Amino acid sequence: MSKLIRRWEFVLVVLLAAVFVIMSRLSPYFLDLRNLLDATLNFTEKGIIALCMALIVITGSVDLSVASNMAMSAAVMGIAYRSGMGIGTAAVLCLLVGTLGGFFNGIIITRFKLPAMVVTLASFSLFRGIAYVLLGNQAVTGYPYQFYDLGQGYFLGTYIPNQFVFFAVLAVIFGVVLHKTTFGRYIYAIGNNENACRYSGVPVDRIKLILFTISGLVSSFAAVLLTSRILSTRPNIAQGFELEVITAVVLGGVSINGGSGTMLGVVLSLLLIGFTRFGMSLLNVPAQVMTVLIGCLLIFAILLPKVLERVGQRPSSRA
Amino acid sequence: MIQLTPQKRQLLMRTVTRRETSLLIFTLVLIVAVSIHSPRFLSVTNFNDILLNGAILAIASIGQMMVVITGGIDLSVGSGLALSGMLVGLIYKYDYGLNPLLALLLGALIGIALGSVNGVLVSKAGVPPIIASLGTMSIYRGLIFIVSKGQWVNAHEMPDSFIRLARGHILGIPNLIFMTIFFYVAFYYFLTHLKTGREIYAVGGNAEAARVAGISVDRIKYAVYAMSGFLYGLCGVLWVSRFASAQSDSATGFEFSTVTAIVIGGVSVFGGTGKITGVLLGAVLISIVENALAVTQVSPFWKLAIQGFIILLAVTVDAVMKNRDRKTVIRGRQV
Repeated sequence: MSKLIRRWEFVLVVLLAAVFVIMSRLSPYFLDLRNLLDATLNFTEKGIIALCMALIVITGSVDLSVASNMAMSAAVMGIAYRSGMGIGTAAVLCLLVGTLGGFFNGIIITRFKLPAMVVTLASFSLFRGIAYVLLGNQAVTGYPYQFYDLGQGYFLGTYIPNQFVFFAVLAVIFGVVLHKTTFGRYIYAIGNNENACRYSGVPVDRIKLILFTISGLVSSFAAVLLTSRILSTRPNIAQGFELEVITAVVLGGVSINGGSGTMLGVVLSLLLIGFTRFGMSLLNVPAQVMTVLIGCLLIFAILLPKVLERVGQRPSSRA
Repeated sequence: MIQLTPQKRQLLMRTVTRRETSLLIFTLVLIVAVSIHSPRFLSVTNFNDILLNGAILAIASIGQMMVVITGGIDLSVGSGLALSGMLVGLIYKYDYGLNPLLALLLGALIGIALGSVNGVLVSKAGVPPIIASLGTMSIYRGLIFIVSKGQWVNAHEMPDSFIRLARGHILGIPNLIFMTIFFYVAFYYFLTHLKTGREIYAVGGNAEAARVAGISVDRIKYAVYAMSGFLYGLCGVLWVSRFASAQSDSATGFEFSTVTAIVIGGVSVFGGTGKITGVLLGAVLISIVENALAVTQVSPFWKLAIQGFIILLAVTVDAVMKNRDRKTVIRGRQV
């Protein structure tokens, strides 16, 4: 029992419960099942990216280019659709471009032995720049009616948004890969001691390359969902998403130095951030204030384990 | 002759491969190419523009450089600059009579406070620099909206004496150029001749060795973020004075320009090395590229992509050179 209480996931569940209690007191519209289900749209796009980001952070790296990659691949999709391609082909092209973007990061990081932070910081600027070059200050709109359903529709006549279904399925897949496969064990091993892994024959570079490529793929998938939800493509979409994605991952108990963290923790922290955001929007808190709070949350989430460690009662979030 | 040639060749190679030399050559080629395309690029007024536009970037890049030499990075430069500029701008909005030099001092103090937050997070709490400054970047940007309520401070709300701070001249030299020279000379002396300046390089080269040698690593790490804050705080005031307006989205992405300037200038992202002269050249080069884009009427939207590409190119070339150096050393040992 005391082991359970000391787990980070338990702390997150308590916080989530607290948010539900406080928000439902502050706003009568909070505790409404349909509202809550719709509110998942607040975090599912970022959540899909966060699932892969968690794996990357566990290896001790970080991918700062995810939001820019979204903008770049969405811009390609917009241009392709505007030039007369079918929406399906355009979406496939979008996924292709995003995957290539991630692969590009991975190749440079592994070939030249460069820190992922520096490389993805550069592609953060490069990919966003390409989106601006492609679209200028224009927006692509007028997507076909059938396309709406992907990001806005509900699953098979229920009230569960399609996006949430995608998120849930991917979360299970990523969770199984991380916790039940050799590949997942390697991810933890790399985060704990990369050099030891190299000497033990773990294909470190190949695993990193795969992770960054998948990061590109899920980013462009999130871009398709976002485009379908807001039905327009601008070069400045998804600005600042990387901050929220990294915050969610770190708040989920993944150590920023790598080596530890669980998929359950990441999913719980996504729910926590998503529903807090929803509650605050019900209370008319301005977006800028939320940005400040998210930034504080990021720093708080990193500081807390360090403070607890000093006190000597760190909740363990080891797998 | 057999003994002299390798030495001469080595000297020649060293001069050519020196970052400053290759940068100068590249800059000259770029200037020639752009002026063939559009002759008005080479006018005195245009070059004056280039230097003035590069001045604020050059000053703020000194701070980024010191942070990167210790192995860190400061992503809060753009929003910290805008926040200190906005706070000073708001003071003018409500109290017309602040002395411009006091405004500069106040901006610097605000900057030190903002930079200290990063400094404490990195040195005392052990937060990775990129994460700490990513957090403060969005916090500071959000605070600008909150303190200004989303409104701008416009030219008519600032006294002329304040606007002259960045637009005026002393003895025919624009104030901004004068200040840039002053800061570069001061920090050149600081980084090459003073103990604390040398300790910055020591911490970046090998933090453990520096600690064993009796250097307070935490103090140095805190100091570089505070100094970065000091410089971007000053730059925020100069920015507001130069453009005669404080806006909530001023200097968005400015941190990338500073990172580009320093990596072009030869500061290694692995920490430990980098010269202030290279940084100055890097900042001027960026200003020339920006101006060239405008003069040749290429869409300004290319700027972001080019910056990203340059950072990537510079760090990749550095990594390749580093690997080659290491191989040469090993081969040398075998012979």
